[in-house]
Amino acid sequence: MVLNIQLHIYSTDTDYYYGTWFLSNKNDVKNAAHSHIIFHLCLCSAEFPDLRKHNNCMASNLTPAIYAKLCDRATPNGFTLDEAIQTGVDNPGHPFIKTVGMVAGDEESYEVFADLLDPVIKERHNGYDPRVMKHPTDLDSSKIQSGHFDERYVLSSRVRTGRSIRGLSLPPACTRAERREVERVVVDALSGLKGDLTGKYYSLTQMTEKEQQQLIDDHFLFDKPVSPLLTCAGMARDWPDARGIWHNIEKTFLIWVNEEDHTRVISMEKGGNMKRVFERFCRGLKEVERLIQERGWEFMWNERLGYVLTCPSNLGTGLRAGVHVKLPLLSKDPRFSKILDNLRLQKRGTGGVDTAAVGGVFDISNLDRLGQSEVQLVQTVVDGVNYLIECEKRLERGQDIKVPPPIKLSK
Amino acid sequence: GGVRITAMTKNCHNDYKMKFSVDDEYPDLTKHNNHMAKVLSKEIYGKLRSKSTPSGFTVDDVIQTGVDNPGHPFIMTVGCVAGDEESYEVFKDLLDPIISDRHGGYKPTDKHKTDLNFENLKGGDDLDPNYVLSSRVRTGRSIKGFTLPPHNSRGERRAIQNLSIEALSSLEGEFKGKYYPLDGMTDAEQEQLIADHFLFDKPVSPLLTCAGMARDWPDARGIWHNDNKTFLVWVNEEDHLRVISMQKGGNMKEVFKRFCVGLQKIEEIFKKHNHGFMWNEHLGYILTCPSNLGTGLRGGVHVKLPKLSTHAKFEEILTRLRLQKRGTGGVDTASVGGVFDISNADRLGSSEVDQVQLVVDGVKLMVEMEKKLEKGESIDGMIPAQK
Repeated sequence: MVLNIQLHIYSTDTDYYYGTWFLSNKNDVKNAAHSHIIFHLCLCSAEFPDLRKHNNCMASNLTPAIYAKLCDRATPNGFTLDEAIQTGVDNPGHPFIKTVGMVAGDEESYEVFADLLDPVIKERHNGYDPRVMKHPTDLDSSKIQSGHFDERYVLSSRVRTGRSIRGLSLPPACTRAERREVERVVVDALSGLKGDLTGKYYSLTQMTEKEQQQLIDDHFLFDKPVSPLLTCAGMARDWPDARGIWHNIEKTFLIWVNEEDHTRVISMEKGGNMKRVFERFCRGLKEVERLIQERGWEFMWNERLGYVLTCPSNLGTGLRAGVHVKLPLLSKDPRFSKILDNLRLQKRGTGGVDTAAVGGVFDISNLDRLGQSEVQLVQTVVDGVNYLIECEKRLERGQDIKVPPPIKLSK
Repeated sequence: GGVRITAMTKNCHNDYKMKFSVDDEYPDLTKHNNHMAKVLSKEIYGKLRSKSTPSGFTVDDVIQTGVDNPGHPFIMTVGCVAGDEESYEVFKDLLDPIISDRHGGYKPTDKHKTDLNFENLKGGDDLDPNYVLSSRVRTGRSIKGFTLPPHNSRGERRAIQNLSIEALSSLEGEFKGKYYPLDGMTDAEQEQLIADHFLFDKPVSPLLTCAGMARDWPDARGIWHNDNKTFLVWVNEEDHLRVISMQKGGNMKEVFKRFCVGLQKIEEIFKKHNHGFMWNEHLGYILTCPSNLGTGLRGGVHVKLPKLSTHAKFEEILTRLRLQKRGTGGVDTASVGGVFDISNADRLGSSEVDQVQLVVDGVKLMVEMEKKLEKGESIDGMIPAQK
């Protein structure tokens, strides 16, 4: 028999918290009046964060009941709910921009804290329900069609994702030893890359000043995170220990080690050959995966969530495929935002997230990450950018443009 | 049934860490210049890393701020914090040498004297107000039974706030005042607190943020002050409580009396709830940063010393008087218009009365020196012996 007892707990300040407690037998009902259940609920309500001024996915989904259920749990590595949500408590968010507000400390976080993470994932990823859906993975770049853009408009093309090494905790929770192990595993594997992927690793602690300057000039160097979204999640601890940058000699394939994820993998080049960028991306990723598997390691992946990364927003493919494209006329058209929305694209300034556009040049990339495969998302970007360029050309000729119908998200 | 009491448990994350070797976990301190980095050898780290306090604070938690902030070539920061009262016991192999380095050779067997009897202060009511613009005494207090700001939970912080409000709202006479929670004051109240220079803001210094002290801001943080604006308490900033007595002019005697009386009244109320202040006879008052152990007291004045401050022997005079100078914005600021913040350098190993006496006597001497220099006379005969 399952009974549903509802208790109103008055906490020590003016607010009260309403909790629902499920009890599995009659004796528990008798005990419900006992101090210990009230005590536990009181303790939880005393700990429940004040989220009244918050606007992030964690705050929208964390109820006192969910908190009470999860607050005593920890993953096998000892990562707790309070640690997962700390960044969202410390960063209330912006009235217009909805951040995720929580992180995973390890692969198991997504199971142990599923009661909170599943609704957060569903909200962030347009209704994708991890409890019932499966995520498709497809790194066959030969499927991409019309992937070479008009280079009078597209200045550069880029695809990035992240990969986590199974068995080691993620950046919010990892110890120094784990972080160093991630570095060892990844650098060792990368040293096995050949041909156009031959490259070199630059450790942040050991690079020379000359190397550092070159990396800055190439726009490859990443710095200690300053965003409180990251620092409050503990990702900058022990900086710059075990952090570094690897890139191939041609500077078209780049890997960041131990920044916001174990690895961030980037394929890029000047111009509009997105198909070639994606081909190199897939080939490089598969080769790195083969090399780590030879040594007994693997990437974190499951069919519920795809590739597992630190931030729930990067689950699935973790893929952002984008271009820097000149759209001076289209960007001033009042229908620009709606066109982007319907094409499932997002715009950023050319400095990346949270920057402004310069000279009518925009960073255009896919909105979605989870529920669609890599091939599907890159094709969406290819089709979408081709459409945007067509619109720009039409506006140049004084012709009118049409807002395309919204793309149906396949489920 | 599915009910468990939330208990203080050992940190299972620390058990997980033990599967990695000391070599792999030991931090890279080669570019560091702080007290923690000087003391923490691999041997000490290896000995301490399996331990944790009853509330789950570990050596990695203690040192994180020092690992993340390598320091400055000239300024030696402490580089570690306590997470609870027990940290100073469990991690003594690390903290005792740091305390010794920071507090003039203070030994693990030394005893610290506490003296909050304001009547023992001699003089202090006659500092020349033409030179001494304001006087101030501050200290910190930690509430027994709760963990400290680097480690405490929202529930603990709120309980500390509630106990503090109860204690402070019972004060009467010159101590009658009001509490302003950070997350609940009106715009008008906020502007007034800023104008009075009372408002504290979310810490931005990485020394504090890397130690976890800004978590959940501004939850359960606030400011209390008396109606006269001469007695001020900060709740849940860098310590559980920071207590400040101040006024314009040079009557340090009055400032210190108010300080002692106010502290004792507050302590009585906390004791009634079985939550007195953290104190022991070796380390005195227990605070988050090892630099504030002992009295946790900084007693000082804003004083005009435009001539003396440019004298070749100024630094030496300060050192001999056991005083330190800061700019008038507080720590890490520059002096403006020859006005300096002069305060006691010591915290541990001498009492509150001793330390304020040094400030009173030292500032009186320096003002006399300033007057001599104004008249074009030499101060060579006035240079004091080392106190």
